[in-house]
Amino acid sequence: MTDSYLMRNLRAVRGRAYPRLIGSTREPSWFVFDVILPLFTIAGYAYVYKFLDARAELIGYVVLGGAMTAFWLNILWSMASQLYWEKEIGNLPLYLMAPISRMSILAGMAVGGLFETTIQAAMTLAIGAIAFNVVFSLASPVMLLVVFVVTMIALYGMGMMFASLYLLLGREAYHLSALMMEPVYFASGFYFPVRHLGFWAAAGASVIPITLGLDALRQIIFPEGIAEDAFLPLNTEIALLSGLCVVFMVLSRYALRYMEYLGKTTGRLTLRWQ
Amino acid sequence: MTALDSVDLRINKGELFGVLGPNGAGKTTLLKILSTLLLPTSGKAYVAGFDVEKDLLDVRKRINMVSGGEISGYGLLTVRENLWMFSQFYGIKSKEANARIEELLGRFGLTEKAKEKVRTLSTGQRQKMNVIRGFVTNPEIVFLDEPTLGLDVNAARAVRDFIVDWIRSDRSRTVLLTTHYMMEADELCDRIAIIDDGKILACDTPSNLKRMVKMNTTLTLSVAGLNEIAGFDTIQGLNSYSQTKDVESSTTKLRFVLEDESCVSDIVSKVVAEGSKIMSLQKTEPTLEDVFIKLVGRGLE
Repeated sequence: MTDSYLMRNLRAVRGRAYPRLIGSTREPSWFVFDVILPLFTIAGYAYVYKFLDARAELIGYVVLGGAMTAFWLNILWSMASQLYWEKEIGNLPLYLMAPISRMSILAGMAVGGLFETTIQAAMTLAIGAIAFNVVFSLASPVMLLVVFVVTMIALYGMGMMFASLYLLLGREAYHLSALMMEPVYFASGFYFPVRHLGFWAAAGASVIPITLGLDALRQIIFPEGIAEDAFLPLNTEIALLSGLCVVFMVLSRYALRYMEYLGKTTGRLTLRWQ
Repeated sequence: MTALDSVDLRINKGELFGVLGPNGAGKTTLLKILSTLLLPTSGKAYVAGFDVEKDLLDVRKRINMVSGGEISGYGLLTVRENLWMFSQFYGIKSKEANARIEELLGRFGLTEKAKEKVRTLSTGQRQKMNVIRGFVTNPEIVFLDEPTLGLDVNAARAVRDFIVDWIRSDRSRTVLLTTHYMMEADELCDRIAIIDDGKILACDTPSNLKRMVKMNTTLTLSVAGLNEIAGFDTIQGLNSYSQTKDVESSTTKLRFVLEDESCVSDIVSKVVAEGSKIMSLQKTEPTLEDVFIKLVGRGLE
């Protein structure tokens, strides 16, 4: 033990992020599954809009939304179910026994996943933009960065909370991911502006941070569509996303503590196939 | 179900302490409580003087654990990367961690596997890597839960040798080892607690435990050219003796029941002095299994 508690936790974040950072270089199949396949869905929606002679920015929304699906998939299939798989392969007891905050492990998973997924999403976005002649407006790159960062903190905060909840639910939680995938594509407006679902439906879907994040990003990148497609004013969305960051971080911390307490009293954390 | 019942143990610093018992006896539960992974429903447990319920961080900084049959780590990482990753959870600087990893990989003959992905390792190599993971953080106290489970003779020997060398090289280190291998407990441990059905039945050094069994040591010699079997009565510490002739091999099997093991040299001298040639010599003494049977009323398996 050589460093302060803070340094130890920072090293733990780096350590846990490492498998995800290096993973993308070891498993090149991700290019096909995580970059190319989403382009087919994007193409499907883009051609529908083209045939309907829709506004050009709608195709831009589709390309951006299609790229952002990578983050939602990463939350569902990697973040949320990760602790469960860590338990199954025997890593969880080792994590719990280490002299660090459990949040550092989750943060490491999130940082690694975010980095890996950002590369995938950026590639999908770039290829989609070239294929469908999407023109981005980058008048405010700083604001773009702010929205992206708060969206990701809130989204991965939710993923961290899910990680503990999925662990409590065990194997059955996997079905939850399958259940939440397509409906959230729809409710969060991955392929159309969420405003057109109606205010209350969009407000309900805003519990999932990517709903507001995607709407805010579209407002920044495609300002010509704000009047017709923006759900809430940009600043309001940033404020709400910031609130979600706090809420999900706090909830994830409590969920993790509860999961650990429950696991320590029942022994479930260290028993596989539960 | 009561996994542990009124367990009262004190393990001293510098000790290699064994917990011996059958599957389901409560060995792993004991280790999980001491390693802060489980809460006891009643009672108190302290590790290095710290309460396992309240002083989690103080306990965790000082411990590590290795389990037999462990499959921890990530298959797509190399051996070195996996070990480095786990060292980071203990805040060890990369340079220091890598130096320790290299040293331990060399100790276990895994240097050539350092850049191999974990998923390509054999069971024995993987367990050696797990042992390195447990020791790379240089803990004060190591919990070993059946660390040689499923290993071949050579791999198990390498792990046992390392454990002994590690604890003997620094008396401030402590090892708590659970096992259901009698020989392993007998060979490695300074003291052993025998556990069954959640209860500690006995706790002492292996030799003291074996003394609990009222069984005399026997010495069996196979000798060639024995002319006369007389004169053994005068040897002090010898309880009785008998002989069996094997006509086919022209040897005689002599069986001595000893009260005191110090008379072994007298017996051997006497046999040699008679002009006989000792072909084989076997000493049989009470085993921990005999102790276990005496305490529990059945064998360990």
